[in-house]
Amino acid sequence: MTGEAPPVKARGLVKRYKEVLAVDHIDLNVRAGDVYGFLGPNGAGKTTTLRMALGLITPTEGTVELFGRDPLREGARALQGVAGFVEAPRFYTYLSARKNLQMLAALDGDDAASRIDEVLETVELTARAGHRVGGYSHGMRQRLGIAAALLRRPRLLVLDEPATGLDPAGMRDMRLLIRRLAGEGITVLLSSHQLPEVQELCDRVAIVDSGRVVYEGALADLRRQGGAGYRLRTGDDARALEVARNQAGVEHAASGEHGLVFQAEEQDVGRLSLALGQAGIAILALTPELATLEDLFFRLTEGAGAPEEAGAPSAGAGGGGVEHADADGGTPASEPAPPAPAQRAVGIG
Amino acid sequence: MSSVAAASPAAAGIAHARRPSTLTVLRWELRKLVSQKRTYLGLALAVILPLIFVLVQNLHQRHGRGAENIFASQITQSGLATPVLMLLFLSVFMLPLIAALVAGDIVANEDGNGTLKTILTRSVDRGQIFAAKALAAMVYAAIAVFLSAAVATVAGVASWGFNSVTTYSGTVVSAPKGLLLVFAANACYLIPLFTVASIGVLLSTTTRNSAAAVVGTVGVVILLLILAQIPGLEGIRPYLLDEQFENWHGLLRTPTDWAPIIHSAWVCALYAVPSLLAAYLVFLRRDVAGG
Repeated sequence: MTGEAPPVKARGLVKRYKEVLAVDHIDLNVRAGDVYGFLGPNGAGKTTTLRMALGLITPTEGTVELFGRDPLREGARALQGVAGFVEAPRFYTYLSARKNLQMLAALDGDDAASRIDEVLETVELTARAGHRVGGYSHGMRQRLGIAAALLRRPRLLVLDEPATGLDPAGMRDMRLLIRRLAGEGITVLLSSHQLPEVQELCDRVAIVDSGRVVYEGALADLRRQGGAGYRLRTGDDARALEVARNQAGVEHAASGEHGLVFQAEEQDVGRLSLALGQAGIAILALTPELATLEDLFFRLTEGAGAPEEAGAPSAGAGGGGVEHADADGGTPASEPAPPAPAQRAVGIG
Repeated sequence: MSSVAAASPAAAGIAHARRPSTLTVLRWELRKLVSQKRTYLGLALAVILPLIFVLVQNLHQRHGRGAENIFASQITQSGLATPVLMLLFLSVFMLPLIAALVAGDIVANEDGNGTLKTILTRSVDRGQIFAAKALAAMVYAAIAVFLSAAVATVAGVASWGFNSVTTYSGTVVSAPKGLLLVFAANACYLIPLFTVASIGVLLSTTTRNSAAAVVGTVGVVILLLILAQIPGLEGIRPYLLDEQFENWHGLLRTPTDWAPIIHSAWVCALYAVPSLLAAYLVFLRRDVAGG
């Protein structure tokens, strides 16, 4: 009965704390095999949503099903095949890592206990397994959190900000591990505000802001819709702009700081280059540029961070957006502008 | 990080995973208690107080003649008087405090540390975890009672011999029977003590704060003791905890007076059952958002 059910299906999830609406009608569709990024600024409602998904808190409205089972109705049965952690993984600090895992394996039943050595090896904690968790660093606890999840042989792994607080090497190791787990067929629901992490790992995303999903779909689609474009430098940019504007299939052509920017499908770019040649305009450089996730994220969650022209490629936006996202816990409830074509994007208000 | 083949979902026979038993959960609750230093604070009190009592009695060599309590008057005649007196002294405040130390902490502590979410996302139901925690609190209370009794008995017998003892009814009972009665009296005392533990579990579940739950539990016990002392409230005294702490006196009479024991059983049930039921319902429905 649950064989075909998706790993996570949430419909109209609402969580209200008195006057505060933490989660406002969130729908999620995590498909089998997804590495699904759950993206949003601090305070956007990600963790609250994950808590509802795992049955830790009761939704004010709406339902969530894991492989077709509702954790609220079916309790632990609904969590079969599901593992992970919400916020930081927590352990008994007065017990060793191995004792912690032994206890969790006992609470998992079946043959979980027989996998303790293997999962410790997986997260490279074998040498420290006998030490009390109280003496563990943050990164070691995060890894132990993954080990504890793997004991359950998960089909769905729910990870809430797994790289938060890790040093660069720890973050890299964590990404490698998640990528490997995903490669082995585990569906991953990864909550994060680390944009490079999501960009690197995820194929589908939900972007949540102020308790609402403002985009859900393939990350590639989002990036394509949100700003797939080209940058063009020619011997005569003024004439080139005129040619580009008259060329069918070329959109949003505009003068940029270093030449022209425009959006077009690949075959239309070919026609434009031929047209420029026929017009005697030399092409000095023609480079494809995709909008970074960071651009799109800010466009969706703030509404004010869009480049001058919707869909125009942005240059040089690197990974420096994490700090912005961090610092932006209290995202204003302004109406963010959806990406230009914004297929499946849910507008606010 | 190395291969994780064993954790791959390929072999995921999860559809019919067998759920661990509540006994398994209880076993781990007890192991957690054994691993925590604070557990030994209460047990140390349960051990030290009888030792201090016996030591002081040995140093003063009082014979207790003329004492109001019949067991106090025969301290030096029979070592079996010591555990009875210790139960009398510790039953009203100290043993309830020891029971409250763990019962008040057992849910709130995990809530505060965030480990509650860790165990609630495994393959056991909330009801099982609650039952294991409540049982662990009671097992701890029982261990404290019998540990205290054992230490008092051994110290008393070592000091004043394994002799016959005179009970409340003035009947002399042999040493072996006296020992059996001491054990039974402590077992009877568990009825009101489990009630205290139940109140502790309720406060632990609802307050989410260990200190508040421990202090609150002791506060409830003291409140009921004070109520029992207020002139004009004599009518409700049989329904307060005060009298239930003395239910075991009926065993130390010949013939055995079962009335106070039966009375305490149902009065305590009136406190304990609603407490546990309320705690259970709160635990089942609560939002686990700590940690």
